[in-house]
Amino acid sequence: MSEIDEGLRAELQRQGVWVTSMQELYNWGRKNSIWPLQFGLACCAIEMIATAASRYDIARFGGEVFRPSPRQADLMIVAGTVTKKMAPQIVRLYNQMPDPKYVISMGACAISGGPFKQGYNVLKGIDRYIPVDVYIPGCPPRPEALLHAFMELQRKIDGQKLTGATKAEHLTAAQPSEFPVPAFGEHDLEPPANPNVFQPPKVERQG
Amino acid sequence: MTPDPYVFIIIFIGVALVFPLIPLALAWLWRRVFQPPKPGAEKNATYECGVESIGEAQIQFRSQYYLYAIIFLIFDVEAIFLVPFAVAFTGLPVGAFIAILVFLLLLIEGLVWAWGKGCLSWAAR
Repeated sequence: MSEIDEGLRAELQRQGVWVTSMQELYNWGRKNSIWPLQFGLACCAIEMIATAASRYDIARFGGEVFRPSPRQADLMIVAGTVTKKMAPQIVRLYNQMPDPKYVISMGACAISGGPFKQGYNVLKGIDRYIPVDVYIPGCPPRPEALLHAFMELQRKIDGQKLTGATKAEHLTAAQPSEFPVPAFGEHDLEPPANPNVFQPPKVERQG
Repeated sequence: MTPDPYVFIIIFIGVALVFPLIPLALAWLWRRVFQPPKPGAEKNATYECGVESIGEAQIQFRSQYYLYAIIFLIFDVEAIFLVPFAVAFTGLPVGAFIAILVFLLLLIEGLVWAWGKGCLSWAAR
């Protein structure tokens, strides 16, 4: 698991010997076979479909296997407007995904509610309930933007540690794997946000 | 010396056993060493497109539905025969017309009988 000396590795490679560590092998395998959950909410889903289709071809990055069941998915692409009616289902789907799992918040709506932020029935960002790894701005983001987010996620996975104090969350026993599902309240979802996940920036106003 | 031909089958069985066992053992080892399992009530719940499942999967249908299915068959068969009848209507002799009327009467009679029996009223029995 220890880091390999880069100079030694290059020297060995010149001699035709490839060395790797368990961590690198593990992350290499994971980052090149991220299976997204087949799951679209609004117009962003159309861009997601375009990304999966032949022109943009997410298969180049190993993400073409959109799974219809959360049990087989690694990545949840929250593609579109999250209504308050839909939010509990999304959190439940996230909960039902096996570890390690990642979330891409795609588009303005999934990030913050977007153009519907003032709406009474739209969740102001899915990061209120589940941890988001990559945010993509745009309304909707182009397929290239989703591919970029995918590559960013791959970069993140590549950097995750297998051991030590800074090891990945899914390897830590204390890190929760599921998050409380909000319930329909009288006016809003109960609770309106999960304080363990969502810490909004504090706005300091001067007198 | 040629080996016994059954030796290959034994080798085959051995490989067939070991081949799936290796990944299972590796997964078990991985779980032990690196990735702690994190089961949970939500995570292990039945997957129903994100919706909480309600009730049991093994429920009993009331036998009353069966009666409805049988009566539905009357209309079903009727429709199948009526369509070709309607298509060929202008070219049909009088005998064929009477035959289809008898057929319809038989079915309607069955419906009336079922109605009279009270099959059409949904009663909690």
